[in-house]
Amino acid sequence: MERIPILKIGDLLLVTIQLDMHDQLVMDLQKDITNMVRTTEAKGVILDISGLDMVDSFIGRMLGTIAAMTAVMDAHTFVVGMQPAVAITIVELGLPLGGVHTALNVEKAIERLRAWGKIEAESDDEAHEGD
Amino acid sequence: MSEWAEKVIGIFSNRRDDILRMWLESQQKNGYRGMYERIGERELYRQSNDLFEAMIDAAGQVGFASVRKPEWQAVADLVAEITAQRTRTGFSVMETVTYVFALKTVLIEILRQEQPDDIGCFVAEVVTITHALDEMALIATSAYVKTREEIILRQQQEMLDLSTPVIRVWDGILVLPLIGTLDSSRSQVITETLLQEIVSSNSDIAILDISGVPLVDTLVAQHILKTMAAARLMGAECIISGIRPEIAQTIVHLGVDLSQIKTKATLAGALKWAFDMRQLTVVHNAKR
Repeated sequence: MERIPILKIGDLLLVTIQLDMHDQLVMDLQKDITNMVRTTEAKGVILDISGLDMVDSFIGRMLGTIAAMTAVMDAHTFVVGMQPAVAITIVELGLPLGGVHTALNVEKAIERLRAWGKIEAESDDEAHEGD
Repeated sequence: MSEWAEKVIGIFSNRRDDILRMWLESQQKNGYRGMYERIGERELYRQSNDLFEAMIDAAGQVGFASVRKPEWQAVADLVAEITAQRTRTGFSVMETVTYVFALKTVLIEILRQEQPDDIGCFVAEVVTITHALDEMALIATSAYVKTREEIILRQQQEMLDLSTPVIRVWDGILVLPLIGTLDSSRSQVITETLLQEIVSSNSDIAILDISGVPLVDTLVAQHILKTMAAARLMGAECIISGIRPEIAQTIVHLGVDLSQIKTKATLAGALKWAFDMRQLTVVHNAKR
């Protein structure tokens, strides 16, 4: 069964989506992320969707719900690297992604999380070691 | 065709050179300034000659009374073609149509010079010729309008095709100056260009300057809000600048809610905000 890997980097969870999402996959992802946030007590989740070329209303909404779920567990979710076409689709579908933070790329998301004091400065160093 | 009608066409064919000369002279005399320079005398002569020949040819076949018959189609086409060409050169509708009317005056003058014995038939022929040339003038007018419409249509297309510039004013700061009316097709192009530029230049601040938008109604506001929402989803912060007093009044009167969005009155204000966001300071160098 295919699953989307969730990498733990310090206080941070990094999820890179590199394949087209289908409904079951995104449901599993939601479950995995919430579980991981609980077990690792992560303060930030970064969803890199730069590999995603297409979204439907369900997947678009799931991005919002994942952000809302992690928010009540005190972890901020960043959606990064959204493709222009995907952004236009989500706006045209009128999906409410109010609770989602967005950034151009992973680097900028980490910068913002660090500026908010959500993650420690050394977690970024760990990230470099992990690379 | 009556005997008189044939006689008239005979007169016209015989005095072809006189008619052409008088026609050109009358155009030169009554013509508008710069008309000759714009067409050129040789070209004007060629056009007049072609049109006259075609007319005599058509009249010889079916007479001046039957302008709507297919034999006259060649004349109508020629009139339309000459008109279209002049319209594109920038002639006014009066200048274009006067060309046809000038011929009418000349033809009647030629008939008068031939000193007709039967005044009744003469008047009847004059009426017929007048009708025929009025018809040509109508064709010229509609050709003028048609050509103008084509020009307007082409210009509309060109305006749509005009590239929407996205300007990088600083590292990570983009300015999108919106100029002209925003309709759905244009705003779609604008959104796509902006998003593409956000990705390629790795910018996270975009300033939408609407000082060039003449009118902001609910639809335009919606287009702008959609563009901003899409940019925000990509991770870029958006700000609207260049809100003129009239626009501010319209927006509030229409009840468009912009309270969730950062707005500035001027582009300078927006740029200052963008610098603050990036923690940049502009320092005045006093030593200079």
